[in-house]
Amino acid sequence: MTTASTTMPMIRLRGICRVYGSGQATTWALRDVNLDIDAGEFVAVMGPSGSGKSTCMNIIGCLDTPSRGSYHFRGVDVCQLDRNARALLRRHYLGFVFQGYNLLSRTTALENVELPLVYQGVSRGERRRRVQAALAAVGLEGREHHTPAELSGGQMQRVAIARAIISSPSVLLADEPTGNLDTARSREIMELLSRLNAQQGITIVMVTHEAEMAAYAQRTVRFVDGRVASDALTRGAA
Amino acid sequence: MILWNALLLALREIRRNVLRSALTVLGIVIGVAAVIVMVTLGRGATAAVSEQIASLGSNLLMVRPGQGFGPNRASARAFTLADATALAAQAGDLQAVAPAASTRSTAIFGNRNWDTMLTGSTNAYLLTGNWKLADGRTFTDAELRAGRAVCILGATVQRELFAGQSPVGSRIRLKRLNCTVVGLLAAKGQSAMGTDQDDVVLLPIRTFQRRVAGNTDVALLITSVRSPDLTDQAMRDITAVLRQRRHLGAGEEDDFNVFDTRQISETLTGTTRVLTLLLGAVAGVSLLVGGIGIMNIMLVSVTERTREIGIRLAIGALEREVLGQFLVEAVVLSSCGGLVGIALALLAGAAITAAIDIPFVLDVPVVTLAFAFSAAVGVLFGYVPARRAARMDPIEALRHE
Ligand SMILES: Nc1ncnc2c1ncn2[C@@H]1O[C@H](COP(=O)(O)OP(=O)(O)OP(=O)(O)O)[C@@H](O)[C@H]1O
Ligand SMILES: [Mg+2]
Repeated sequence: MTTASTTMPMIRLRGICRVYGSGQATTWALRDVNLDIDAGEFVAVMGPSGSGKSTCMNIIGCLDTPSRGSYHFRGVDVCQLDRNARALLRRHYLGFVFQGYNLLSRTTALENVELPLVYQGVSRGERRRRVQAALAAVGLEGREHHTPAELSGGQMQRVAIARAIISSPSVLLADEPTGNLDTARSREIMELLSRLNAQQGITIVMVTHEAEMAAYAQRTVRFVDGRVASDALTRGAA
Repeated sequence: MILWNALLLALREIRRNVLRSALTVLGIVIGVAAVIVMVTLGRGATAAVSEQIASLGSNLLMVRPGQGFGPNRASARAFTLADATALAAQAGDLQAVAPAASTRSTAIFGNRNWDTMLTGSTNAYLLTGNWKLADGRTFTDAELRAGRAVCILGATVQRELFAGQSPVGSRIRLKRLNCTVVGLLAAKGQSAMGTDQDDVVLLPIRTFQRRVAGNTDVALLITSVRSPDLTDQAMRDITAVLRQRRHLGAGEEDDFNVFDTRQISETLTGTTRVLTLLLGAVAGVSLLVGGIGIMNIMLVSVTERTREIGIRLAIGALEREVLGQFLVEAVVLSSCGGLVGIALALLAGAAITAAIDIPFVLDVPVVTLAFAFSAAVGVLFGYVPARRAARMDPIEALRHE
């Protein structure tokens, strides 16, 4: 694995297909996707609705397995792993910012953010310390004891980001992190992600519909109809 | 770590739905409370019965002429004082042998009279019957040998004739016999069969035979065995000695019977056991119903919290961790029910035993077992919902609305 990871990119998708349903109702969400993402990259994923962006993110995030093709994450063949092993990969290497926050309701920001650390078996004191740091990193000091109902949309999204980065993942996967936010809030979030990418070296893969947000990334992958239609460095990057 | 966390989560989840949780565990509460109350009452009743049996005397074997309760019973030859002496001398397992004969008669003192039971016996009667003296003395050897006109009163007779005053030294009339009271028995209360054991006047057996009955019959031999495990041996010895003394041939049946008083307590405890079993079954059914209630509410809870489960799984929770979380929740729920049930049962048990005047026997193993059962119900009926949660597909769970 260590030797493989020196020659392989962080993420390598080869000939990935994802088929839903069977017979008449068969949907090809992904058709023969090839994609390499190196450690430290900030990639924007764009494309029309239904083009397979979320499906691809789920596969990269080890939440879903492809119907065909191979996926190597840090040199490990994910398709060979069982449910528990994939859960452990997610726990230790991946951070998710889901479409629509997906925070635990009626649960404080602090407890939402510390959740990944609970499963990592980090001690309570250490968790508190790291939660403070993560909330500070997303600019939410002093909101530890607010529940999602007591936070604005932008604040909830930042709590979700804090939760995704608390375990210092190798890869942060964000599916439309600015989908429900106004432009000003969206820019704040994008600047936060850029900072995380630049300062902590976290690899970021982000789905977005807005070109302005994609411009924060160094590279843009465009999906059309389940295929990678274009893959180019963002203007101004490099 | 994870377990502790699951415990906290479970408690919070229960606090969030206090009313729902309370209603859910009602079945468990009732089941556990029922089991413990039943057992407490059963134990109390058994203890009360054993107390009464013990007051009857310890390890008693009652020997009567005749077999069974048929007509030939009356015709069977009575025992004699010599039989009693022989038994005491030859049956080594016996601690005491009391020959006894009784008849009902009126006891008269001054202008009061009281219909009571006259029993002729020896001092061994006090030993076999666990009688204590409240006043005065037992019979002297001289009085026993000569058949003097002396008697010992039971507490009821003293109450009726002497209105609670000390009767010792007074003379009472029994049939044609003028008799000096030398002792007073300590009260024993009702027997297991509900008769008043204190309604008795004790005479030396010879006095009874000569001056009351007018014969030499001994109607009953009360023997006490040295220790309970010698009972069977003692029964064989008594039978052997009496068969020989009554000249029974090898082919002839016993014309007397030996009755073990333990049989009474065995019958009574047998009855309480059946009762306990029956009520235990009722309690079991209510635990089952309680368990189904828990399963139902856990299934609802798992569905309601699909998104939460999706988040946990996506973040990297293992199947068994999610399973554990919901299992712990079900167990906490059901054991809370168990605890409430135990508290309720102790209150009810104390109240009921006080009301019907039987001892309150707290059966710690049963309370522990009932609690363990309530927890087990949580595991048993929480498993299916918990597994449903653990097996969820994180993507679908996250999309759930
Ligand atoms: N669970 C599923 N069952 C059947 N078809 C599905 C399922 N999930 C996705 N699809 C189909 O796969 C295709 C790709 O879906 P996907 O969610 O990846 O699109 P997307 O690019 O993320 O779109 P959007 O921008 O609207 O989020 C769609 O045609 C969708 O209908
Ligand atoms: Mg999508």
